[in-house]
Amino acid sequence: MNWESWVIATFSRTLAYGTPLLLATLGEIYAERSGVLNLGVEGMMVIGAFAGFAVAHSTGNPWLGVLIASVVGGIFSLIHAFASITLRANQVVSGLALTMLGLGLSGVLGRRFEGWPLLHPLEEVTVPGLSRIPVLGPILFDGQNVLVYIAIALAIVLWYVLYRTRIGVSIRAVGEDPATADSLGVNVARIRYLCVFVGGVLAGMAGGYLSIAYRPSWTDGMTAGMGWIVIALTIFAFWNPLLGLVGAYFFAALFHLSFRLQAWVAPEILKAMPYALAILVLIAVSRGTLQKRMGAPSALTLPYRRGEE
Amino acid sequence: MRLLSRIHVERRTTPPAWVVVSVSVGAIIAALLVAGIFFRAYGISPLRAYGDILRGAFGSRLGITETIRRAIPLLLIGVGLTVAFRALFWNIGAEGQLLVGAVAASGIALFSGLPGALLLPAMFIGGFLAGAAWGIIPAALKSKLGINDVITTLMMNYIAIYIVEWLIHGPWKGPTMRGFAYTDPFPAAAVLSTVGDTRIHWPTLVIGIAAAIIAYVLVKRTRAGFEIRVVGENPHAAKYSGISHVKVTLLAMAFSGGMAGMAGVGEVAGIHHMLLGPANVTGGYGYTAIIVAWLARRNPLAVIVTAFLFAVLLRGGDVIKVSLGLPFQLVNVFNGLILFFLIGSDILMRYRISFDRKERRAA
Repeated sequence: MNWESWVIATFSRTLAYGTPLLLATLGEIYAERSGVLNLGVEGMMVIGAFAGFAVAHSTGNPWLGVLIASVVGGIFSLIHAFASITLRANQVVSGLALTMLGLGLSGVLGRRFEGWPLLHPLEEVTVPGLSRIPVLGPILFDGQNVLVYIAIALAIVLWYVLYRTRIGVSIRAVGEDPATADSLGVNVARIRYLCVFVGGVLAGMAGGYLSIAYRPSWTDGMTAGMGWIVIALTIFAFWNPLLGLVGAYFFAALFHLSFRLQAWVAPEILKAMPYALAILVLIAVSRGTLQKRMGAPSALTLPYRRGEE
Repeated sequence: MRLLSRIHVERRTTPPAWVVVSVSVGAIIAALLVAGIFFRAYGISPLRAYGDILRGAFGSRLGITETIRRAIPLLLIGVGLTVAFRALFWNIGAEGQLLVGAVAASGIALFSGLPGALLLPAMFIGGFLAGAAWGIIPAALKSKLGINDVITTLMMNYIAIYIVEWLIHGPWKGPTMRGFAYTDPFPAAAVLSTVGDTRIHWPTLVIGIAAAIIAYVLVKRTRAGFEIRVVGENPHAAKYSGISHVKVTLLAMAFSGGMAGMAGVGEVAGIHHMLLGPANVTGGYGYTAIIVAWLARRNPLAVIVTAFLFAVLLRGGDVIKVSLGLPFQLVNVFNGLILFFLIGSDILMRYRISFDRKERRAA
């Protein structure tokens, strides 16, 4: 294989694999920015993947599948929202429970869909003209899925909303200092519900992408730990959607290269990198002003109730 | 309005034992009822399903012994987790601590060249130390640098998973295993003895029960246990009374990680007799044990009961797979539901709802 086609194939697959990581990470960034840690990403993704495949398979309409995957992911996330925001239950435990429930439900309900191919997966698109650009053209514009572009657009939009709009200010305020936000008239619970829901929708969509576009089929536990990479990515991206974009493709490249470089590097080393990097990032920003500017939202995992510190 | 004025809701700090037990039992029953609705929707009679689970767990000698052997790792890890949770350390990393314990035991079994009689003791000590080390790293990161324990313990699970994957595909891949990703089988002296022809590796069970009792005494009766309790219940008071937060966290996590490490030793030396794929070694025990410790309300002795309870569910998953053709994943539905109902029911324990029979004169 020559150099050029190796590069093209590697980066093109990286883009495809990075898309579900990016979608789910954007969602987790919003949830955590509002102060709610949701360890249920894996569960929301896998239930989305199942629901999306079931609908796409039964109706023959892949877009309807993606829509249902997102809606189901969103509804599923509300269990965590109710437990952690309304009941003020422990977020860590609630998130873990959501992952268990998602893996369990999709595993049982998905039994009858196992092994069926999807006759109408999401179509890949080739942008005429642009795909002719040397190297970059085939990577970016030849045979990629529309959701790849939607995810990139979402990263930019969600960054803009978070940093440049009123609601973005409210979200960050609720995640940093809910009591002050509350005293300024922000509805803490409503913002948190909204952000957790956005997280669920995007995780569901990521799952739908996996089962309807990336690998059009359903297998039990097909997210295979991706949800935990998303938790690592959220930290790696310093809770910033644009850095999430960079991080998602970087982690996807590591994952993909672990296969391509097998002859030179043990694949397990590259696959373990995202997790190790997340810890290293936390160590690097654990001190002083860096912690304030780039660390986790101050109120992360803390339930809020008016009049209680 | 009159009726409402007679209901009082107050906060309480320590609910009485009968409230704790009945709320916990209620939560489990509620979860099983909801799972029953799920069975019904799936076209399976809930009574039949639960009947199968109970019969599978208690109806035969095989059922009972398999339930007990499933309880062993849950017991060891669960006891350790109660101590970590008491020190307010969120150890989600038992899965990884179990794996590094299994790795240490496998390394000693296969490559140490120790004489037979020393092999198993060395494996248990090695497994404990490896698990403890895996637990101390996030503990140090939290107490020295303030880094979130949930995230680090979680991430270290995956690092441990890939260490095992790397070992069994690479340097430790067994030459006699015809290309499969396992190590070679352990020598006979590195295999734990079992009760009769069952899979109950009793030395590990004995360690688990002893650890539950010792941990209970430690927590309730000794200075170290007192310090752990203070750090967990009132960090400010701990600071002012000169208790070292760092020391307490490190100690609690060394114990918690070490117990999970020994659970890993039990799995490889008692069940598999080799190191194999990480999912097969852990069987998700590291996560299930979180529910075990949570349900035990951080009481090490109660873990003996709750570990057994969840072993029944795991065994039930094995049985129902065959009798009803349902995937083992069903166990995760139970786990998730029970966990949700447990944390949801905590609110009932945090608050006291009382109802006046007679209207208050003053009102």
